[in-house]
Amino acid sequence: MSDMNKAMVEKYRNSFLSEVEANVEEGEWVKMCMQCGVCAGSCPLGDAWEHTPQKIFMMIRAGKRDEVLASDSMWMCTSCYNCIVRCPRELPITHIMHGLAHYAKRLGIVPQGQPTAKFAQLFWDNLIKKGRVNELKLGLSLYFMNGFGEGIKTSLKMKDIGLGMVKTKRMNPMEMLGGHAVKDLSGFQKVIKKAQELEEARLAKHGA
Amino acid sequence: MADDKKFAGFICTGCGIGERLDAGQLETTAKRDGKMATCQQHEMLCSKEGVQLIRDAIDKDGATHVMIAACSRRAKVEAFSFTDVAMSRANLREGVIWARPENDDNQETTQEMADDYIRMACAEVKYMNKPKMSGEQALNKNILVVGGGVTGMTAALETAAAGFPVHLVEKTGALGGWAAKWHKRIPGRAAADGVGNGTNVDLPMPMDNDVEQMVAAVEASELITVHLNSTVTKTSGAPGRFSVDITTESGSTATENIGAIVQASGWKEFDASAIPSLGSSNADVVSNVELEALAKAAGDGPIKRPSDGKEVKSVVFVQNAGQASTAEGHLPYHSGIGDLIAIKQAIYFKAQNGKDCDTTILFDNLRTPGAAGEDFYRSGQQQMVIFSKGQVGEVTSGGNGATVSFKDLILDEEVKLEADLVVLDLGMVPNSGPDPYAANESQEGMTDEEKGDAKAAAEIAVPIDSILNLDYRQGSDLPQLKWGFTDSHFICFPYETRRTGIYAAGPVRRPMDIKQAQDDATGAAMKAIQAAVNAGQGSAAHPRVGDLSYPSFRKEGCTQCKRCTVECPFGAINEDEKRYPMFNESRCRRCGTCMGACPVRVISFENYSIDSVGQQIKAVDIPDEFSEKPRILVMACENDAYPALDQAAMSGQEISPWARIIPVRCLGSVSLSWVTDAMNSGYDGIIMMGCQRGDDYQCHFVRGSTMAAERMAKVGDTLSTLNLEPERVIVHEVAITDIERAPRLIKDMEEVVERVGMSPFKF
Repeated sequence: MSDMNKAMVEKYRNSFLSEVEANVEEGEWVKMCMQCGVCAGSCPLGDAWEHTPQKIFMMIRAGKRDEVLASDSMWMCTSCYNCIVRCPRELPITHIMHGLAHYAKRLGIVPQGQPTAKFAQLFWDNLIKKGRVNELKLGLSLYFMNGFGEGIKTSLKMKDIGLGMVKTKRMNPMEMLGGHAVKDLSGFQKVIKKAQELEEARLAKHGA
Repeated sequence: MADDKKFAGFICTGCGIGERLDAGQLETTAKRDGKMATCQQHEMLCSKEGVQLIRDAIDKDGATHVMIAACSRRAKVEAFSFTDVAMSRANLREGVIWARPENDDNQETTQEMADDYIRMACAEVKYMNKPKMSGEQALNKNILVVGGGVTGMTAALETAAAGFPVHLVEKTGALGGWAAKWHKRIPGRAAADGVGNGTNVDLPMPMDNDVEQMVAAVEASELITVHLNSTVTKTSGAPGRFSVDITTESGSTATENIGAIVQASGWKEFDASAIPSLGSSNADVVSNVELEALAKAAGDGPIKRPSDGKEVKSVVFVQNAGQASTAEGHLPYHSGIGDLIAIKQAIYFKAQNGKDCDTTILFDNLRTPGAAGEDFYRSGQQQMVIFSKGQVGEVTSGGNGATVSFKDLILDEEVKLEADLVVLDLGMVPNSGPDPYAANESQEGMTDEEKGDAKAAAEIAVPIDSILNLDYRQGSDLPQLKWGFTDSHFICFPYETRRTGIYAAGPVRRPMDIKQAQDDATGAAMKAIQAAVNAGQGSAAHPRVGDLSYPSFRKEGCTQCKRCTVECPFGAINEDEKRYPMFNESRCRRCGTCMGACPVRVISFENYSIDSVGQQIKAVDIPDEFSEKPRILVMACENDAYPALDQAAMSGQEISPWARIIPVRCLGSVSLSWVTDAMNSGYDGIIMMGCQRGDDYQCHFVRGSTMAAERMAKVGDTLSTLNLEPERVIVHEVAITDIERAPRLIKDMEEVVERVGMSPFKF
């Protein structure tokens, strides 16, 4: 258990709802859910999830902290926004799902091998280096996400498409060597740093 | 004085009547068959000139009986309002031309229909007299309100505001009732316009309790006389002339003359000892009523639990405790407002015991009726009250107070929840007197032995105190519908009871909160004022408002069988010293159920009698057996079935050309003699259309259609003695919305007649 997670458990004891309200993006909306289930019925991937948004919200109120934060359901959200559009109470459900995933990630309780979480990390690492996404590197890191052997296999399978993209100038192989950055990379990094400071401050206020 | 009667007929040729029908022939029919002294045509009888034509006939030519052949009697009532004569209407527009297709093939039968309706209207008016006041009346403006809670006080204040004096009787020593004990009130208003969804928006919150101000207003009113520590020990008479004994605890009695009565006797709390599994013996398990006392005692400070005075840090509300349940000793209904109360009380804890006080509402079906409704639910959610859909199994002692075991219905799992305090949502039990018909109605269909058992059980049961002590032949209190609530139709006539001039309001009628009770009380007060005023004018109350006729009977013919006194749905008929029926005119609703009940046909109204309908039945021209023109008599309730048939014609549906439709006040007024007479005169089929009966009745006179159904159940025997097929007579329940069904029912009878053949009784 991460230190921060321990601190949060200590602070909120019974009221996981309050914890979510204070720490999860748009978490203050969870209390307003009226359990109609329209979100659950509207989710195109609802059948594939362990818990629907309706259930997640009820579990939050029931104080099922570990089950919610360790659930992989919110990681499965594809941001289709069907639930947001249909929610009669206008809860920003998609945002809450991402907020919960983000919070779980910060607390260090992400389900082992969760592919969305893995990809999100790759995307972040890629982005933060140059201030823009290096598509070639991101694609390759995705191929090799599950090991070297599988990476080679996927690369070979995709080689014709890759060569075709190079030929039609949709992809530049030189990007492998460092790749280009945004115009003001240090400025970009300052922005990110500032955002992180603000978030830490917010956490310090509400959380640990 | 038959010689003074002067009959005048009027035929309207407007709205296509003149084009579709031979008006000349109609006029001949009215004069020759209908014996109208004069008969005039007008191209638009409801116009100013047309109405003047009729007015002149009355004023200048001295017409006393007027037959108007035009549209349905339900149309143009303002234009054709001639209250100084007897009047009948022949329905040529909705009843004939709009109900029949316009072509040559149908011309003959359409004209026959119209001729018959003229004959019927003429026959009807011949046996009518202009109704006039009995002369018994005087306006008595005093209104009695029984019950000094919010409902009673509101009724008193509203009545006084209309300038009517009030006697307010309260059993206890103080006004205010239950509501005076409440810490705060459920809000009565929704969020302001434009307040949308959000997590921190301006939503309705519990309101301050304003019962004290109400009590002060009642005490300050010059028109309201308050009788504390008092009960009603005797109520006799009728609307406009009730004589009411008000007796104080010490035994002194005052007798007051009263015009009309509002019964606001309120409710009792459900006895939690009937639900021991919910921990009612644990001191930290309280009812929602008890919690109000705890909250009030705390003022604005933290609410403390009863067992050890500890400040409550966690509370669980168990909703629906012993309600809407079929289990022995539970309430079979749901009080409906328990969830509003729980939200209100949960907010007490958030406001007084701190935001971190865990409040959980375990609901089954969350219901938040009223104006604030959903907004108040959101208000609770905004305060971080936890709402869980759960089925509570039991409440046990232990832990730091009590433990609630429930099944979470969303997460589908068994849960145990510990709490400092548990609040049970107990239901509201109506505070009614004994039901005058309890024995009779519940015993319908019982054997004698079972009835004996029921009687023995009733004697063992704890007697319930009467509220009104009515000196009526039909029992001491208001009749009840279900579960002890007073009878009223919740949509059509909510405050009406089956005792005219006595209106029920508040939780004695159905469970409700303060706001609803105030609305209810206002409605009932207005009805009471109307009743007093109507009684002063000798005119009927709802639904035949303004009708001046009243039943009278031929004493020499009466056999003292008592059927009229028993069957009157409104308990209007007492017995005099010689055991003859005694009609209390202002208790009467003019439904005619007594007339339908009377086996010797001695009861009649000036404008509605055995003859006024019987002669219509006889006036119809019955073609011979080989004409292939059957005749189907339809007796349709004037409140629902008749307008449904009118509406059918308006919407272009065909009605059988063989049908002859007679509106009746209520199926309860239908005399068996009409049925046998009709059969003897050669009708091939008879349909009676009345309102829905039973617990969810739509009958405007409550029991009329039930009485009719009971009487007509025996009509098969009569038919067999005449050697007729029983299917020739049928009773249908027809609602005002049965616009397509009603004509189809007549069509069905046409098919029956085709199958069983024409009646052999045509001469």
